[in-house]
Amino acid sequence: MEIVMSVAIGLLFMAAVYLMLSKSLIRIIIGTGLLSHGAHLLLLTMGGLGGTAPPVVADGVSVSDYADPLPQALILTAIVISFAVTSFFLVLAYRAYQELGTDNMELLRGTEDYE
Amino acid sequence: MSNLVLFPVVIPLIFAAILMLFPKKLHMQRAVAIAGVAATLASAFMLFSKVNSDGVQAVTLGSWPAPFGISMVSDMFSVLLVLSSTIVTLFVLFYSIPTIGVKREQSFYYPAVLFLMTGVNGAFTTGDIFNLFVFIEVLLMASYALIVHGGEKPQLRESIKYLLVNIISSALFVSAVAYLYSVTGTLNMADLAVKIPQIEAVGILTVIAVLFLVVFGFKAAIFPLYFWLPGSYFAPPMAILALFGALLTKVGVYAIMRTYTLFFTMNTGFTHELLAIIAILTILAGCVGALAYFDVKKIIIYNIIIAVGVILFGISQMNAAGVEGSIFYLVHDMLIKAALFLLVGILTVIFGTSDLRKMGGLIKSYPVFGWTFLVAAFGLAGIPPLSGFPGKLLIVQGGFEGTHFWGSLVILATSLLVLLSVVRIFIYAFWGEPVKIATIDRKHYLSMFVPTAILVALTVFLGAGAELFMPFISDAGEVLLNPSLYIDAVLKE
Repeated sequence: MEIVMSVAIGLLFMAAVYLMLSKSLIRIIIGTGLLSHGAHLLLLTMGGLGGTAPPVVADGVSVSDYADPLPQALILTAIVISFAVTSFFLVLAYRAYQELGTDNMELLRGTEDYE
Repeated sequence: MSNLVLFPVVIPLIFAAILMLFPKKLHMQRAVAIAGVAATLASAFMLFSKVNSDGVQAVTLGSWPAPFGISMVSDMFSVLLVLSSTIVTLFVLFYSIPTIGVKREQSFYYPAVLFLMTGVNGAFTTGDIFNLFVFIEVLLMASYALIVHGGEKPQLRESIKYLLVNIISSALFVSAVAYLYSVTGTLNMADLAVKIPQIEAVGILTVIAVLFLVVFGFKAAIFPLYFWLPGSYFAPPMAILALFGALLTKVGVYAIMRTYTLFFTMNTGFTHELLAIIAILTILAGCVGALAYFDVKKIIIYNIIIAVGVILFGISQMNAAGVEGSIFYLVHDMLIKAALFLLVGILTVIFGTSDLRKMGGLIKSYPVFGWTFLVAAFGLAGIPPLSGFPGKLLIVQGGFEGTHFWGSLVILATSLLVLLSVVRIFIYAFWGEPVKIATIDRKHYLSMFVPTAILVALTVFLGAGAELFMPFISDAGEVLLNPSLYIDAVLKE
């Protein structure tokens, strides 16, 4: 299962890099979304996938067959943060488009006010 | 167990939340923001005296036993940084009242500054690597708000790039944490310091260490990863720039210093060698930039990069002189960078431009300002007895005692280039034929100049009174060099 997850994460990173290298701002934002998804899945996978085992050690459950709850807590925190950052980025992109009249990164180089 | 450790993190958070309730009441905003930072400063001083008398302080949230709960740890190193970052924020607040503009002040400027402070102090205090990620995100979120605050065209354009670079580095941070957790099974820094020496797979740990260097290198602006900094820092107003220049890159530098002394010490032959080489390249790249531009903002911005290189070179030596020098230089650099940005800010207000070639002859009309600037410039370059000198001396000594004497030679040579880059500002702006300048209201000028001058005076005191501060610095260096002090304080609660 970990192997399948690793391949999926690799594909997500690949797609993210491809999208982030494009000129259009909205594609870049989608790329950053995919990149964070890949990182989150990596966090979950690296903690070891517990399958159907419970994330608590109760009577009759040995440490060997319980799912580590820590990666789940970490991924939850990371998801909330990336959600907030992505929504900020979308608003920023929209506002920048309104003010600057373009979403093409080639035209956003910005060299006119200094040399 | 002392909750005092949490105060410098929680107080600005509470004050920021209160400030968001009445954004339009200008005088209340100013008064409450300054009260908040002053209260934080008082708590930081209390924490400082506590750490000074009782050693490393640690508190684990929720009263869980140490490796399981989130630890907040305050050793001398972190409390010194908390103290200096709070002092810098206080003076920048005083400076922003006359300069930042009523419109910005009424749209959540002060809450954003206090949230930034929460993140910075939290990142300096935390003892858990994932919690470090969370606090860095807190300060980044506040910095996103500040860098675009006001919504001018260059700000919007540059903040897109700033945001993108930081999102990528955050994703890498999460990946690096994932790898570290899968190898060690813990994220508590003290516990990591215990577990990492027991792991035989040094190769994979070295890879993880370098990945963390890349992640923190993005924040700290080290050699190949500093490309985003000059453009992004150029856009926001001067008060925000001073705050960023003094605090944000220093969080990245702190994170490298902490991780590379506390637990990534399994393969110093590779990792610290790499760090030393990158540090020297960072200094050289910064010097090229600092000398190439005729724009006062750009010159000081590139000096941030030079300082990052100098500090990291000291820490890469892993001997007492190098580490103590790095700590001293880090504290010095926070104060002097804020002071220089504020001074340059006054220059741009007086001339109405940041282009050096359009300036000249200011020494006749503003003599005190001119000499203050010269003192700050000498302090930056490290001319004795000013504050840049003791730190740089120790770092150079560390290089000679270690294996990288060539690095020390580069630092000594580039000190002259640093001096040249800032004295160039002095020569162009203060000497020569006076150019026509707009008259500035005396009261307005003094309200900008007084906080700046006090900050410069503080750096002079830090340099001239270095003997007074050295016990604290060597105390901080001792914890970095003997991780067992840190580990015992956290795990033996």
